[in-house]
Amino acid sequence: MSKTFTLDGKTIPFKDGQTIIQAALDAGYYIPHLCHHPEFKPHGSCKLCTVVVSGHQTASCTLQPAEGMVVESETEQLNAERRALTQMLFVEGNHFCPSCEKSGDCQLQATAYHLGMMTTHYDHFFPNRPLDASHDDYLLDLNRCILCSLCVRASRDVDGKNVFALAGRGAQTHLIVNARSGRLADTDFSATDKAAHVCPVGVILPKKRGFAVPIGERTFDKQPIDAYVDSRLARKES
Amino acid sequence: MTTSLETAEHPEKLRRVAIDPVSRVEGHGKVTILLDADNKVHQVRLHIVEFRGFEKFIQGRPYWEVPVMVQRLCGICPVSHHLAAAKAFDQVLGIEHLTPTAEKIRRLMHYGQIMQSHALHFFHLSSPDLLFGFDSDVAKRNIVGVAEKYPEIARQGVLLRKFGQEVIRITAGKRIHGTGAIPGGVNKVITLAERDELLQNIYQMIDWSRTAVHLAQQLHEANPALYDSFGLFRSSIMSLVGNDGEMDLYHGKLRARDEDGRLIFDGVDYQDYQKMIAEGVKSWTYMKFPFIRSLGEKRGWYKVGPLARVQNCDSIPTPFAEAERRVFIDYAGGVPFHGPLAYHWTRMIEMLHAVEVIKDLLHDDAILDGERMAHGERRREGVGVIEAPRGTLFHHYQVGEDDLVTMCNLIVSTTSNNQPMNEAVRQVARRYLHGQEVTPDLLNHIEVAIRAFDPCLSCATHALGKMPLEVTLLDAGGCEVSRLTKSAAGKFCA
Repeated sequence: MSKTFTLDGKTIPFKDGQTIIQAALDAGYYIPHLCHHPEFKPHGSCKLCTVVVSGHQTASCTLQPAEGMVVESETEQLNAERRALTQMLFVEGNHFCPSCEKSGDCQLQATAYHLGMMTTHYDHFFPNRPLDASHDDYLLDLNRCILCSLCVRASRDVDGKNVFALAGRGAQTHLIVNARSGRLADTDFSATDKAAHVCPVGVILPKKRGFAVPIGERTFDKQPIDAYVDSRLARKES
Repeated sequence: MTTSLETAEHPEKLRRVAIDPVSRVEGHGKVTILLDADNKVHQVRLHIVEFRGFEKFIQGRPYWEVPVMVQRLCGICPVSHHLAAAKAFDQVLGIEHLTPTAEKIRRLMHYGQIMQSHALHFFHLSSPDLLFGFDSDVAKRNIVGVAEKYPEIARQGVLLRKFGQEVIRITAGKRIHGTGAIPGGVNKVITLAERDELLQNIYQMIDWSRTAVHLAQQLHEANPALYDSFGLFRSSIMSLVGNDGEMDLYHGKLRARDEDGRLIFDGVDYQDYQKMIAEGVKSWTYMKFPFIRSLGEKRGWYKVGPLARVQNCDSIPTPFAEAERRVFIDYAGGVPFHGPLAYHWTRMIEMLHAVEVIKDLLHDDAILDGERMAHGERRREGVGVIEAPRGTLFHHYQVGEDDLVTMCNLIVSTTSNNQPMNEAVRQVARRYLHGQEVTPDLLNHIEVAIRAFDPCLSCATHALGKMPLEVTLLDAGGCEVSRLTKSAAGKFCA
């Protein structure tokens, strides 16, 4: 008999070593997240997956459940806080969805829709972040970086290259590449790297392919982000 | 040609009347009129008070993003900017010919745009003036008033526009600001179901468009004294025409005629537009003033848009619209017709043509399936030109080796019509305001003249960093205390 915890009243089975969000997603239950990726070690930075356990808020991507644990996720307060965090991500960068080629495929945009975000609410920072178009095949548009570190983890843990890193601290934290020149072209980044394919927003982009997928056929045109937890659909049907 | 009334000699002694904002046009503009104590008109200017700056902030962006980004210039004719940019980047990719499927999908999108924009302008924006009279009750002089008194006309107008919007949605993905055209081709074809949906109503659209042409024609026939001469001025005209001189609103060569209809240039590849066209700037507006180089800045301004196009082409390659073109040319007596209100008549002829083209394309199976993308050898520069609803639209880009845009120059249709609109309002001011007590109804005559051109003021204002400025400080008695001038090159002098 497997161990279980409850998430918003639903019984969720889990295996030893799993985090709350892993067990929830395996069971087909969506918890909003941006920096979590099932193939990489937890980072715990975006805080969108925050849940309440025994009255305390915690990141569900870093906490392992215990037998009988009671977890709350879909509460009005948590979603309000997730919405505020998402709004902050939007104003900290330059996210111009109307002309962004990742629109419709962007997890930040899809999460904002899921959370019912209607405005950015806060004053925009309008940071000055240059593009790095030095690489023949890939473009870096740092305007859209949300510091999820997925590219950092992919490059380090899968590609074994350490092309990307987060530099600076606090509000000055920013994505850098591993070259003295600071240019992607001068790293050993390659289009076949795992890091080239994990960006949840529109930072690491293949060149010359923008808008090749028509409106209506993009990832989140087909279904909202919470429906992409495959087994969740089965759960709804059952 | 005349350019008087542009600048009064002693503006400080004159009374200023402003129409602010000009209503029932796209974007924000104002007209200022300077009158003396006897209400004599000394200065009339159409000012565009918006500021945009697209040419600047497109620099540094990847080229494949630009057709989607630049269309945000406008909510009425975004497809025109979308396609003009895509055409320019086709050139950057070294592509001279798109695949048949891509070209036909783009044409379908474009003619859908012509149809919806022309319907919007004629029925929603201008029909209140035309049906009720320029000085009719202002409370009724709007689309709601038209819907009350002429419900069938209003209904047809709304549904014509809706049909054009549906064509855009099906080809671009959205009614406004879609993504259908990409450098080198298109990202989608249309389904059989979508085609059948459009085919269901296309013949009704043709019928209603013919009715609309006749409605505009009857306005001239019923009151030629007013309609033929209102705001009249003479000027050169310019547009694209097809390889055989026929009307082609998607692609062709540049042709210009002088005010008497004589060719100034013809068969010009628009990649060389800068050899033919230059742009001037003035201190009192963000709009630039394009002109034909061979005629010089003072005499080289020209009209674009339906009135220019219908008279510049040798024929229209669809039967109903061609028949209506001939009626119009006969009405004009075989000589160029310059009365601005004929923009409405010619605009409806073009709408009819657009619907006929859409009908033909819907019967072409290439829009359902086929290769979407073409390929070529990369270049550093490209120019895309298209006949937008309001006239010839130029997009010119240079792209670096790293795929980022380094230069962008746009000559928007309304910019070309800048001087013509100013001339038209000056003519109207002379005829209706000079020596008269200025009333709101008289001022609407000025707006009627502007509306005839269907200006899009949002699209037209982007002369960032190139506009000369003049600031004059006056004392309480109206005497000049000091003056500071910035030249187009950015130099200041006192």
